[in-house]
Amino acid sequence: MDTMNFRFEGRAKTLTYVLMGIGLLALVSGFLTDDSHGHQRFWANMLVNGFFYFSLALGALFFYALQYATESGWSAVLKRLFEAMYGFLPFGAGAILLVLLAGQFHLHHLYHWMDQTLYFEYMLADGSYSHEMAEGAIDNPNFDKIIANKGAYLNGTFFWLRTVVYIGTFLLFARLFRKWSLAEDEVGGTELHYKMYRRSAVFLVFFAVFSSTLAWDWIMSIDTHWFSTLFGWYTFSGMWVSMLIFATVCLLWLRSKGYFKEVNESHMHDMAKWVFGISMLWSYLWFSQFLLIWYSNIPEEVTYYIARMFTQYKVPFIGMFFLNFAVPFYVLLARDAKRNPKFLIPVCFLIFLGHYTDVYLLVVPGTLHDHAQFGFFEWGTFLGFLGLFIHVTLRRLASAPLIPVNHPFLEESKALHY
Amino acid sequence: MESTKKVFHVMYDDDGTVLTAAKQLVAKGIHITDVYSPFPIHGIDPVIGVTRTRLAITSFMYAMTGTSLALLGMWYFMIQDWPMNIGGKPSFSLIENLPAFVPVMFEFTVLCGAHGMAITYLLRNGTLPGMPASNPDPRTTDDKFVLEILTDENEMDAAGIEAAVNETELLEISIKDYAA
Repeated sequence: MDTMNFRFEGRAKTLTYVLMGIGLLALVSGFLTDDSHGHQRFWANMLVNGFFYFSLALGALFFYALQYATESGWSAVLKRLFEAMYGFLPFGAGAILLVLLAGQFHLHHLYHWMDQTLYFEYMLADGSYSHEMAEGAIDNPNFDKIIANKGAYLNGTFFWLRTVVYIGTFLLFARLFRKWSLAEDEVGGTELHYKMYRRSAVFLVFFAVFSSTLAWDWIMSIDTHWFSTLFGWYTFSGMWVSMLIFATVCLLWLRSKGYFKEVNESHMHDMAKWVFGISMLWSYLWFSQFLLIWYSNIPEEVTYYIARMFTQYKVPFIGMFFLNFAVPFYVLLARDAKRNPKFLIPVCFLIFLGHYTDVYLLVVPGTLHDHAQFGFFEWGTFLGFLGLFIHVTLRRLASAPLIPVNHPFLEESKALHY
Repeated sequence: MESTKKVFHVMYDDDGTVLTAAKQLVAKGIHITDVYSPFPIHGIDPVIGVTRTRLAITSFMYAMTGTSLALLGMWYFMIQDWPMNIGGKPSFSLIENLPAFVPVMFEFTVLCGAHGMAITYLLRNGTLPGMPASNPDPRTTDDKFVLEILTDENEMDAAGIEAAVNETELLEISIKDYAA
């Protein structure tokens, strides 16, 4: 039985340490040189990178559960890679929680709605706030009717309850899937497989709701006055395609190093088809959100696009849409291009940066407005998180047999051919 | 005088058998002209030397034609001939109103790509509605598979082909003369 393990060593390991070193340097120097009020630039950048890399891991967990829930055979030989990728979930969740906690304690002002004074209509003579008119009270100049009306959903208690439930659910399922997967290597049979099949379906039900609401809570609430119904699906498709890009490049690299010999041309073709297909899903949702708001032209809805299309963000905003849509569409449309790493790798690198830019533009225009800068701090942090993500993924990949030993669909997956 | 040009129609009753037979015959240097089958047989194309279809390329060209025609049409209808105020933005400019035309362009792209490809496929195969059937035996539209071999396209003579064919697990064989 061929149970070759991946060995995480040599240049690859050194490279991840170098990247993490750059990231640490960027974070420290960025924090010290950041003269924006409340280190806004620092925290916005932490949220961009935390969310982007968290979403890579979460996308992997979703895709993994999807393979089980649909009883897919083709992907059995790849499942350890997805397991390794969702090993990053605790790190990504940690980065996001750090940003949210700092916001809760008013160290930064990414989330305008966290300002408690917005919710009270009146200000009493002693400087405290009140919902009721009283003797000597005046109108609260900070009162924001739109945000106050959202108070039933956007309030500290409910927000933290949701955040803890999302992260708790993801970490719990990630832990259980990994545990059962490793146990299956030992005991075999189909009992654990069917257990994972059922639990995956349960997870997908939670994920369907949480993937939307977490995008509303962590990202959309930055532009507090604005809302979009399909925002959750749009960010979800972004996390899905970013995860597929990373997995595809990682697989190509591992195959070039002699690992994953069971992964054949057809598997790579399938992965490329996923990258192509979900790129189109992302483009479709991006454009659907844009078209309806552009067409109806209502002031409270267009604010989001005004801040992005008529400001300094114009070129990256429109550019990243065409990059993420047109490049995979025209290059990966042909069958031969999907099977040729010479086409696949450059496309993957380009749209990986494109989807990072997408997340950057979800966060930054609403938090830094016209004060945004893009320097060593930003790209250094991006590289640092990338190094950490690769390090955690590969370390976990090395800790179990690359090919699951007793997966019931293993033979079917190895024989994939078309 | 007996014609030396013969056509072999060899019938099989299973797609696996026909694939094996085709491999055996090709290994003996026999060129198989075509396979008639009620459904596509996975993996037979490279065996009998069918090159990859160019249908996808035609589909792309039809689709791009659709995109261009839709854009041209939207420009003429909405900008040139009868300028429209779109979404409260009376700019009367193609580029500024482009988002409104994207759904039309998308749908017309799909329409032209899909119909163009389907019609090309049917034309190329001679299977448009009303066209005469060209398969040698009507049972190949039901549950039988037929290999077609022509002596014209083979170095081997009719007797040699017949001997080779008879070594496969065939169901029926029909050998006919034909005029080239």
